[in-house]
Amino acid sequence: MQHDDVIWDVIGNRAFCSFKVKTKVQNFCRNEYNITGLCNRSSCPLANSQYATIREEKGQCFLYMKVIERAAFPARMWEKVKLSKNYEKALEQIDQNLIYWPRFIRHKCKQRFTKITQYLIRIRKLTLKRQRKLVPLSRKVEAREKRKEEKALIAAQLDNAIEKELLERLKQGTYGDIYNFPIHAFDKALEHQDEESETDSEEEEEEDDEDVGKKEFVAEDEIEESDLNHSHFDRVEEDESEEEMEEEPEASGSKGKMPLKGAVFRKKRAYVEIEYEQEMEPVPKSKAT
Amino acid sequence: HLQDPPEHVDAPAEFSFPPTFSVSEIKNKQRRHLMFMKLKQEKRKQKVAIKKKKKKERDALGDKAPPKEVPKTIENQRVYDETTVNPEDEEVAFDEGTDEFSAYFNRLTNPKVLITTSDRPRGRTVRFCNQLATVIPDAHVYYRRGLALKKVIPQCIARGFTYLMVINEDRKVPNGMVLCHLPDGPTAHFKVSSVRLRKEMKRRGKDPTEHSPEVILNNFTTRLGHSMGRLFAALFPHDPQFVGRQVATFHNQRDFIFFRFHRYIFKNEKRVGIQELGPRFTLKLRSLQKGTFDSKFGEYEWVLKRHENDVCRRRFNL
Repeated sequence: MQHDDVIWDVIGNRAFCSFKVKTKVQNFCRNEYNITGLCNRSSCPLANSQYATIREEKGQCFLYMKVIERAAFPARMWEKVKLSKNYEKALEQIDQNLIYWPRFIRHKCKQRFTKITQYLIRIRKLTLKRQRKLVPLSRKVEAREKRKEEKALIAAQLDNAIEKELLERLKQGTYGDIYNFPIHAFDKALEHQDEESETDSEEEEEEDDEDVGKKEFVAEDEIEESDLNHSHFDRVEEDESEEEMEEEPEASGSKGKMPLKGAVFRKKRAYVEIEYEQEMEPVPKSKAT
Repeated sequence: HLQDPPEHVDAPAEFSFPPTFSVSEIKNKQRRHLMFMKLKQEKRKQKVAIKKKKKKERDALGDKAPPKEVPKTIENQRVYDETTVNPEDEEVAFDEGTDEFSAYFNRLTNPKVLITTSDRPRGRTVRFCNQLATVIPDAHVYYRRGLALKKVIPQCIARGFTYLMVINEDRKVPNGMVLCHLPDGPTAHFKVSSVRLRKEMKRRGKDPTEHSPEVILNNFTTRLGHSMGRLFAALFPHDPQFVGRQVATFHNQRDFIFFRFHRYIFKNEKRVGIQELGPRFTLKLRSLQKGTFDSKFGEYEWVLKRHENDVCRRRFNL
């Protein structure tokens, strides 16, 4: 038999025990075979020749008993008894194996066994429920994504896109008769069909709207040349040429700008067509006369 | 205080660097920094000079000048995706006629959305859910009492819901969304970011009314994008009530889907004013699964893999 008291005197009270964990109020024992987990004279596995524990491995509970005769062979010192999965039967097994053992050890073994079965039940229940999966975030990746999102937002120009889409839908008539401005679509249709006769009047109207500063120039020229030529055809062409002349500086000035306004855009388009067809002929003709 | 290094002695007015000289070879940090600054200035000057010259040439040529070069953007340079949908593609049309959304698009079902969150939602997420419910007509918010989604789904189907939307929360902020089309439709998992609630919007209008909004879906070009577009479209009822003048926009740009909710008014036939109402958020698709929500055994149509996207900056999936 080992000298239990001497061992306890040494490790428990005076010198060092590597399994002992001291806290302010209590001492704990980190030995894996300890039955209660506290550092006591009766719970110390090193300082008791007659000792038993319950331990669990992968859901199976075992009763470990210390055989003090083999104290010289620590690897073979503990005897293992597999306990049944049935709670009551296991308790009986503990009683049978620890039949003449001190009350304390028997009681604590059973308490420990109860606790272990309770937590095993809980584990099994939890695995059936939803499991929360923690996904690690990489800071660098998150920062990169954030940056990409900001740039994408800037590139998207959402307000413009939405406005454009809504106007498209209005043009296509998805709104039906709710809004009373069908003029835009009507104008476009007309323009596509008849270019010369329609666009003349339109151009003059637009001229009035936009070229307020240049109106005087146009008027004077008109008076000069309309006196000379009374044919409708020539006058029409004169008007066009005058418009061309004064549109040129304006066009070059606004070349840098995007033709946003529909009116200007239309005028430019019409202007280009007429220019190529008729610019050269009428001008020398009117000047000659 | 600073002495020019010997290379510059012969050209005091203009800096000329010998071809083998590199600024990084100067050991002294201060001098190296100054040299680098000078180098940068030099480069900037050259750049400005080139620009001026070009502009002059352009003005001189007048009308005959070559057209302005279009600057390269990521959208211009986008790698052509072979799954881009051609509007006349028959196969796609056939697929769309027979997929899980065909019931909706054939006007057989009306959307009914169930919005819920992950466990124990915080205030922000709850408010977000409530605002989403006002944006989407016929949406119901339910508190998730730790229920498993797999068990929730059959109950939803029994009560006639067509969509299940689960907002996932992390650190008191919504950061994920699972959108599950119900009878047996695809499940999409998104990353949610930049959530702005109504309070935080500047110059916002009054609360959205009960009218069904119109839907705008922009830039969903590929097959995957198409299915996404249909997924979002099926959230809203078929017939938008134009009286309400509300529009919900899902705009895809570089694989980020921006959601906005506006009220619009046509000032004349060429101008429209929009006022942002409801919540705004950004979505990024993380995975698309074929059946209803089943993370373990589901069949994934598409999963976001970061290393695929890191290869080329100009390749996008949606």
